[in-house]
Amino acid sequence: MSTSTDPKRWVAGHVASLPKSGIRDFFELVAKMKGQDVISLGVGEPDFVTPWHIRESAIFALERGKTYYTSNLGMIELRRAIATYVEEHFAVSYRPDDQIIVTVGVSEALDLALRAFCNPGDKVMFHQPCYVSYSPSVTLVHGEAIAVPTYAKDNFALTAEALRAAWQPGAKILMLNLPCNPTGGTCDRTQLEQIAAFCREKDLLVMSDEIYSELTFDGTHTSIASLPGMAERTIFLHGFSKAFAMTGWRIGYACGPAPLIDAMMKVHQYTMLCASIIAQEAALEALKHGWDSVLKMREQYHRRRDLIVRRFNEIGLTCHSPRGSFYAFPSVKSTGLTEKEFATGLLTMQKVAVVPGSAFGENGIGHVRACFATAYDQIIEACDRTERFVQSVKK
Amino acid sequence: MNPVLKLLIEGTNLTTSQMATVAGLTEAEVNQHLEQLKKDKIFLGWRPVLDLSHEAAAANAVRAVIEVRVTPERGGGFNRLAERIARFDEVESCYLMSGGYDLLVFVKGQSLQKVAAFVSEKLSTIEGVQATSTHFMLRCYKEQGFLLDGGETQSSRLNVAP
Repeated sequence: MSTSTDPKRWVAGHVASLPKSGIRDFFELVAKMKGQDVISLGVGEPDFVTPWHIRESAIFALERGKTYYTSNLGMIELRRAIATYVEEHFAVSYRPDDQIIVTVGVSEALDLALRAFCNPGDKVMFHQPCYVSYSPSVTLVHGEAIAVPTYAKDNFALTAEALRAAWQPGAKILMLNLPCNPTGGTCDRTQLEQIAAFCREKDLLVMSDEIYSELTFDGTHTSIASLPGMAERTIFLHGFSKAFAMTGWRIGYACGPAPLIDAMMKVHQYTMLCASIIAQEAALEALKHGWDSVLKMREQYHRRRDLIVRRFNEIGLTCHSPRGSFYAFPSVKSTGLTEKEFATGLLTMQKVAVVPGSAFGENGIGHVRACFATAYDQIIEACDRTERFVQSVKK
Repeated sequence: MNPVLKLLIEGTNLTTSQMATVAGLTEAEVNQHLEQLKKDKIFLGWRPVLDLSHEAAAANAVRAVIEVRVTPERGGGFNRLAERIARFDEVESCYLMSGGYDLLVFVKGQSLQKVAAFVSEKLSTIEGVQATSTHFMLRCYKEQGFLLDGGETQSSRLNVAP
């Protein structure tokens, strides 16, 4: 009989060994500076509130007594609206009846997909720097995470060469996030076609998280699912958080071949059951009448991007222009500081919060992530403070 | 489109120096644009947006909206009368409307009596004015895009998030 009394003995091994998110450390540091005029470029969400007509439709749904479960797959009206939206904006057709599932944000959709498709030991590839949860999500399903590096010189686009170099026998899934959090990197059609050809050659299943797709500033967004021969091997993941400023609603969806959506549905029905009906009603309104708001917000982000990228480069922090998302990912190497030293110094000396790039994987070393979903005057002031910090470091 | 005009249309609350930074211009260039827009009579001027429910801001102001029916004139239509009405200092805005009346006039005065005197002695006695219907404003909820309860608060947004 064990004599240990430490509650940690009950924590599963693979969870105990997961590293704490690098963002979490930094969050706690920022939290300590509460009330000190900190300008935060560390957020991962729009600074816009969900447009009023969307909020109002959710209130109306509550008033009508819509407080019950929905179908596991989500309200059929919402799935029909999603099918129309995806066909119009991404040029892929899905059947509302059995090829679309509504989830609690893209995060749940991603988790469902990994649990449904990844056997213990299966290898899952993803480009890095990447969203903080990709690698841990693979670990949680006992898969093996394989990071494929992307580089500033390529505007952090994933290249088929890097993919081929990182590939290992046993690789089963490729996770894509284009445009990418934290780099804003994305792939043009030619690059995507090369990646698609590689996926067909190696029989990879693609999980494509396109949550930032509406926030593409240069050129048009192409979904890998729309390329020939790809819809049948792609799970298209999308949601409302970024384009419609609905992060707190936790509402997203997955589309794909019926047998794969059915497998994800199994996990969903035994765990989440369904997404909140209130959020589903709001999402339906967003798809019906929200596009003008998306365009307005995108234009704002576009101009803020141009501003922050120009200022970072003026300051001497080399910054590529992110083609999408609302993140700039400048290099801080010219300061001679590591990304953690830079972020900590900038926070304590000038009260500007950015996130060290290493929080997004080892390929983010030497960079910081700065979110430009922030008001103009805040961005201007944050850049001025950053300039003072960089000059003070050089002295 | 003129980058400064674009910022003005967006209604962003920026100083000219901040406008310069956003638009990638010098402050002098922003001022040149503003001067040109004034010359072109596109940009008419700055005005503060005040919450008149505060005593300090209201300065005893009473506001009213007046629907005015007028007789259009041969040759000039509604314009001569509308311009004549618009010239009064009490009139803040004046619009030609479709529907049940012709002109909608926004009026501000120091007291109810003064606004009433304006309507009865000045406005309704103008030749060509057939009828007026005056509505006094009781309370304002939104002023030129600003919600008076402060609108949405973002204070609880996390400072750092994935």
